[in-house]
Amino acid sequence: MSVEPIVERSPKVADEVKKTTCYMCACRCGINVHLRDGKVRYIEGNRDHPVNKGVLCAKGSAGIMQHYSPARLRSPLKRVGPRGSGQFEEISWEEALTTATGWLAPIRETDPKKLAFFTGRDQSQALTSWWAQQFGTPNFAAHGGFCSVNMAAGGIYTIGGAFWEFGSPDWDLTEMFVLFGVAEDHDSNPIKMGLGKLKNRGKRVVSVNPVQTGYAAISDDWYGVTPGTDGLLILSLIRELMLSGNIDVDYLRRYTNAPWLVIRNPGAADDGLFLRDDDGKPQILDRNSGKPVASNSRGAAAQLQGEVKLNNGAIAVPSFMLMAEAYLDDAYNPDVIAGKVGIPAARIRQLAADLAEAAFAKEIVINQPWTDWKGEHHETMIGRPVSMHAMRGISAHSNGFQTCRALHVLQLILGSVEVPGGFRFKPPYPKPAEAHPKPAGRPDQVTPGKPMAGAPLGYVLGPDDLIIGKDGAPQRIDKAYSWDAPMSAHGLMHMVISNAVAGDPYPVDVLFMYMANMAWNSSMNTRGVMDMLTAKDDETGEYKIPKIIYSDAYQSEMVAYADLILPDTTYLERHDAISLLDRPICEADGVADAIRWPVLPPDRDVRGFQSVLLDIGARLDLPGMVNEDGSAKYVDYGDYIVNHERKPGIGPLAGFRGENGKAEGRGSPNPAQLDAYIENGGFWHTEIPDAAKYYKMANMAYQDFAVEMGFFDSPQPYDFQIYSEVLQKFLLAAEGHGDVQPPEHLRARVKQCFTPLPSWYPPFEGSAVDEDEFPIHALTQRPMAMYHSWGSQNPWLRQIHGHNPMFLSQTLASKIGVGEGDWIWVTSHHGKIRVPVAVMEGVNEHTIWTWNAIGKRKGAWQLDADAPEVKKGFLLNHLIHELLPPKGDGMRWANSDPITGQAAWFDLRVKIEAAAADEPAEVAPQFDQIASPPGLSKPEAMLRYGLEWTKSATKQSKKGQ
Amino acid sequence: MTSLPEPSAIKLGLVIDLDICVGCQACVVNCKEWNTSGYGAPLSDSDAYGAKPSGAWLNRVHAFEAGTGADAKVVHFPKSCLHCEDAPCVTVCPTGASFKRSEDGIVLVNEDWCIGCGLCAWSCPYGAREMDPAEGVMKKCTLCVDRIYNENLPSEDQVPACVRTCPTNARHYGDLGDPNSEVSLLVAARGGVDLMPEQNTKPVNKYLPPRPRRAANDTPMSLLAMADEATPSGFWKWVDSTLEKLG
Amino acid sequence: MRPAWSIIFFTSISGLGFGLAAWVVLGFIDFVHPQQIFGVGGLVMLLIGAGLLSSTLHLGHPERAWRALSQWRSSWLSREGVLAVLAMLALAGWGWHVFAIGTPPLWANIASALLMAVTVYATSMIYASLKTVARWHHPLTPICYLMFAAAGGLLAILWLQAFWGQGQSDAFELAVLLALASAWGIKLVWWQIAGANGSGSTLASATGLAGLGEVRSIMPPHTSENYLQHEMGFVIARKHTSRLRLIALGLGGILPCLLVIMDGGSTMGIGLALLLHMAGVFVERWLFFAEAKHTVSIYYGHQH
Ligand SMILES: Nc1nc2c(c(=O)[nH]1)N[C@H]1C(S)=C(S)[C@@H](COP(=O)(O)OP(=O)(O)OC[C@H]3O[C@@H](n4cnc5c(=O)[nH]c(N)nc54)[C@H](O)[C@@H]3O)O[C@H]1N2
Ligand SMILES: Nc1nc2c(c(=O)[nH]1)N[C@H]1C(S)=C(S)[C@@H](COP(=O)(O)OP(=O)(O)OC[C@H]3O[C@@H](n4cnc5c(=O)[nH]c(N)nc54)[C@H](O)[C@@H]3O)O[C@H]1N2
Ligand code: SF4
Ligand code: SF4
Ligand code: SF4
Ligand code: SF4
Ligand code: SF4
Ligand SMILES: [Mo]
Repeated sequence: MSVEPIVERSPKVADEVKKTTCYMCACRCGINVHLRDGKVRYIEGNRDHPVNKGVLCAKGSAGIMQHYSPARLRSPLKRVGPRGSGQFEEISWEEALTTATGWLAPIRETDPKKLAFFTGRDQSQALTSWWAQQFGTPNFAAHGGFCSVNMAAGGIYTIGGAFWEFGSPDWDLTEMFVLFGVAEDHDSNPIKMGLGKLKNRGKRVVSVNPVQTGYAAISDDWYGVTPGTDGLLILSLIRELMLSGNIDVDYLRRYTNAPWLVIRNPGAADDGLFLRDDDGKPQILDRNSGKPVASNSRGAAAQLQGEVKLNNGAIAVPSFMLMAEAYLDDAYNPDVIAGKVGIPAARIRQLAADLAEAAFAKEIVINQPWTDWKGEHHETMIGRPVSMHAMRGISAHSNGFQTCRALHVLQLILGSVEVPGGFRFKPPYPKPAEAHPKPAGRPDQVTPGKPMAGAPLGYVLGPDDLIIGKDGAPQRIDKAYSWDAPMSAHGLMHMVISNAVAGDPYPVDVLFMYMANMAWNSSMNTRGVMDMLTAKDDETGEYKIPKIIYSDAYQSEMVAYADLILPDTTYLERHDAISLLDRPICEADGVADAIRWPVLPPDRDVRGFQSVLLDIGARLDLPGMVNEDGSAKYVDYGDYIVNHERKPGIGPLAGFRGENGKAEGRGSPNPAQLDAYIENGGFWHTEIPDAAKYYKMANMAYQDFAVEMGFFDSPQPYDFQIYSEVLQKFLLAAEGHGDVQPPEHLRARVKQCFTPLPSWYPPFEGSAVDEDEFPIHALTQRPMAMYHSWGSQNPWLRQIHGHNPMFLSQTLASKIGVGEGDWIWVTSHHGKIRVPVAVMEGVNEHTIWTWNAIGKRKGAWQLDADAPEVKKGFLLNHLIHELLPPKGDGMRWANSDPITGQAAWFDLRVKIEAAAADEPAEVAPQFDQIASPPGLSKPEAMLRYGLEWTKSATKQSKKGQ
Repeated sequence: MTSLPEPSAIKLGLVIDLDICVGCQACVVNCKEWNTSGYGAPLSDSDAYGAKPSGAWLNRVHAFEAGTGADAKVVHFPKSCLHCEDAPCVTVCPTGASFKRSEDGIVLVNEDWCIGCGLCAWSCPYGAREMDPAEGVMKKCTLCVDRIYNENLPSEDQVPACVRTCPTNARHYGDLGDPNSEVSLLVAARGGVDLMPEQNTKPVNKYLPPRPRRAANDTPMSLLAMADEATPSGFWKWVDSTLEKLG
Repeated sequence: MRPAWSIIFFTSISGLGFGLAAWVVLGFIDFVHPQQIFGVGGLVMLLIGAGLLSSTLHLGHPERAWRALSQWRSSWLSREGVLAVLAMLALAGWGWHVFAIGTPPLWANIASALLMAVTVYATSMIYASLKTVARWHHPLTPICYLMFAAAGGLLAILWLQAFWGQGQSDAFELAVLLALASAWGIKLVWWQIAGANGSGSTLASATGLAGLGEVRSIMPPHTSENYLQHEMGFVIARKHTSRLRLIALGLGGILPCLLVIMDGGSTMGIGLALLLHMAGVFVERWLFFAEAKHTVSIYYGHQH
């Protein structure tokens, strides 16, 4: 026997480890970047980081390959060929910045609206929105409108925060966790960590999702709901829980507007509004006195049933009575809705029973005294250990806003929001709609050459806040905050190109975009969008969108459609602020923010976009971006992060403020702040005091803490809004009340959809097409190991998801006579695609699905023209239109939620048929190849990352192909 | 070292919890990332940006399914070397490159000796070995032998990369030779199983089966009915009496 | 399993070489001229050598092939290598003895022939010892290899006899026919029974998920083909299988037999028979791999 080889067990790993924040997706985990010889040796999760506590997902682990991607843009580019061809010439930064300024300055001086500035899944909306405001255009938004604004707005308007990034289940205490329509989400690692915790604690995980993969695969119960019907299902659960008395009456009475008195005065202008006193305080019926008193009266015992006679003969009743009236109805009987939602009645009752059992039989009591905002003292914190999370599965439908509201109401009747074991907010949430600014952009708020009177995005509280002209016409290019989408808190990015090209409501001059692949996977009707981007005015021969500026870091499909490219760095080469002013990384127990910083210098002529934006701002003399003498106020984004103050003492980062770097939340700028963050691992975190950890919306200790931290200038306690007066105001307008009323063609729709209590109506696309012709729902899901389009340039990730089949149940597959590996045509009212098939059973019987954004355009991302992403990967987007099928009224009806404008991706209806045997085994449609920009070179075929550090016997590629 | 050593007392290995794995592929990619600059030659990728990309990986996650319709159950299934006690991949190796460490049972390839004949991959029932496309030597899970003993890493990081990164904590690492180790106790408590026991390879790694899911046709638990009767009027009576109690 | 030409060539050609060598040392051919010893010896060495050389072609590191001689205690591949070297040495020694001293003692001849046989056996055991490939893991697998080596060797002797103008006895021709018939006969049986019951492993046992009911693969781990799928996921359609089996049998068995019977022993005729036989054996070896299913394929969606 030979001697056992000696293995080197302690090899050197790295020269140094730099701690920053991941950006392989928007989850923002902390990472330790191990560097060796000036190259990335290894990236791992930062154990101290509040978001990921050491773990790292597949995308994060593939960061090395993203950072060194051959598709990285290398220098600023000016278009030289026709738009869409991808022909560019390299230019200097000076020329690029002068060009951009030259295009933008005249617009600002004449009509700032002619700039549409839209950003993708970036994480600097605090900066970009401020920049838009300083420029003076209302036409700003990020991607939220096509992403999940229903979830975000539904949450804010109902409970003062959303699941999304603003809250999380109480993973350590919850007994039952219900996931509605989530494949992966922005809370990527935290959800996985949480699921692991629950499973290891033996707690119940329930998934409501037409598809059973990923998280749903490990659920203890899987409900394969029919897409678009969750609203019905949830209202049915509410009915069952109410009927059986499984609701938290005390919670409803103390923390929600269930006891608030609603005026019942049919036909009158105040019908359905809250009864308020002279101070505007909503009234409740006090049991002790039998009289209406202000809802925040100390010691009042709120009634949920009763009636108050009003002077004008009308009456007012607690909104809870309206709830009961609405939801005890037989229309929500499980037996009645079972067929529609695709779940047997017995299973619906079972889910209700499980919720009730977890909430009430497993009640948690924490001995933690606290004081509520009415001044009442509580010895304990009562927990209802049921938690939920939902995302685009319920939100990306035209009935999504009401469905998201319904889900929050379900949580509220169980008393499980902001309580131990339930769903908890992450600071600076909770924050009700009233505590948010209202959007600016009305004609009187937009002045050439001046900043806008307020930020372009915010929360409207009624028709008076709409951004419309005197004639009721939309003022924003995306028609956000118009009657088309009154509560569109995130704008409607998916309508910008379409509207601008249609000149509806008006054309724009410059489209400025950042980090959004709008010529491909983030658009509905992708081919149409490509045509729009290249459409020319017949008379002038000019492009209908005359100038397009775009910032990307990589050669995406969108690059070919821009006139000027501002190449960004990778996430390891720049400063970023993950700010409390934007999308926080806080956890329910603590406040936190973080930075990215250049852990490696760029090796190309690229610049961080935020620095470039500030540079352009300074060249345009935008207030706040220049000193008195006209010089640039900030050297770069890093300088801005440290020194910019939104209000005195409040800046992008809340940690290490003040002269000595010890202040938290508020404090003067600290020149050494970035170093302090770096020293601390790239983030800052502070615990919420124990007495402030739950009931934050009503907890004085938390409210004081929030003021101290600078979230608010004064305490902002509030009651959860089950009954939405905001919606009622829009409804009243549709009924003919008030000065601001919807146009005739929208009245009926507003009346149908803007119910003050959550309701369900069938998704629009299903109603607009012949359901017998298009009987099938088609969905996409995010693969956990891919981030939209930007993962495909990654040689590791593309081996995992290099193409995407369409998954069909065996029943559907047999019906059209196909099996694994065959090809089918999928047809919607709008388009037709040929795609490969895979078969699985864990899918709702009327539903087919595929992975999102795997298909790539030929020539993009430095991939081979015959890449599987091109030949066998496809986009469902070709079937989805940004407009509903024409109704014959000449109107352009957006395929969106009528309340928020959320793109209704998952309303898609299709039919399927087998492809003919002689058809090519290749997806259709195919598009022309786009040219590679100058400077990018074809990568080496054989990749051997790490060669210089390994003990490889063969140092050069042997079988290079 | 082609012959197997006497079974070691310490049997280091992984325990993978199929009840928790969501198929996120984190372990797969982190393993690649660690190991491409680690033990032996890089884990290379041929045609990396081309029409037929194909690389060497030490860990891959499958997706399986059983049952039909509402009873269907999807299971994500990570698979890497099981560090078998009776490792056929070791005994077939003609060069002695494949070996099982006598100290801790880790099965490794000595890449300086490996001729790339592929026989060990043929002999492994599980598909745990992959030939490196550039280097022409056999690659396999090393149980991160260059991490678990690595003094350049903090002690809490001296675990396999896949275990450290797994977001759901579905992967556990430890000594399965010690019946009282955490992993052994976990295996005992959850009925951990061997893969393909009929192949008699005596895998060290164990798999924890998914806990049974409630069948779709289970009768519902009765709601904890507190109302006199489940009617709207009964509901109001109940609300009243509840409020009464609350005062 | 993916058929690799180098391996197919190796097993069939070196099999023929060892078969021929065994019959030679057993004295089935007379050396009229001493040079003929070198002729035969050279031919055999060429066959064996070419086979062994080709077997290194599929190696990632052929330059280290010598290491493969080290693990004869446990590895059939190693044993095969060692035995092949020993067999070649024995043959060289035998040739030298015949040339320089005269016919070696019988025990030495038998021992040498046995060494050739054991070498072929070792080759076959590389495959037959793999439990992971049910079709190979069968007692008849080595018999097949040995029989083909024996039959091919006999046919080669017949051809040498024709080539050197030595008369052939009917009995010897009959022996050749018998050998060919039994080789293919056993192969026919092997085709029927070897691995017919699968490896005993199923997706249920491979995943430990038996409790959930029938398990199916719904997604491969990666969409891009990996080494395992390339190497071990090779599948050949059933209809091709039966056609190729017929071709193998026809080329390698029936046609050579007919030629031997009808031709009357011309160099050309027997030469053709030998070539056809080897072509048949190539096809048979190709099928040996192509038809074999590795347990790994279970994980990739193929049952059993
Ligand atoms: N069918 C279907 N379509 C969908 C969806 C769906 O579910 N189904 N989901 C929709 C949703 S929710 C979203 S959010 C969109 C997302 O779609 P997109 O917004 O298009 O998202 P990505 O493709 O991830 O990235 C956009 C661009 O950002 C670039 N980028 C990456 N990193 C950087 C960087 O550091 N700097 C700069 N400047 N650029 C960078 C990438 O190269 C890419 O071109 O897709 C939408 N489209
Ligand atoms: N790995 C990875 N992570 C990501 C992203 C990514 O691209 N990759 N993208 C990020 C972005 S931009 C976003 S917006 C989030 C989105 O996070 P998710 O909302 O989880 O995104 P989707 O993949 O669109 O998942 C939608 C899920 O809803 C289900 N569904 C569809 N229709 C219905 C329905 O009517 N009812 C119910 N109950 N379910 C339904 C689908 O089957 C799918 O599982 O993820 C973020 N995280
Ligand atoms: S979830 Fe993954 S990709 Fe997203 S930030 Fe965290 S580690 Fe990075
Ligand atoms: S990292 Fe964990 S959850 Fe993800 S695939 Fe691997 S074992 Fe499963
Ligand atoms: S799993 Fe395969 S490679 Fe690993 S020890 Fe067992 S037989 Fe060898
Ligand atoms: S490939 Fe290498 S490790 Fe495997 S059997 Fe051959 S020589 Fe041994
Ligand atoms: S133990 Fe190490 S080598 Fe093995 S699968 Fe895990 S990360 Fe890969
Ligand atoms: Mo999104």
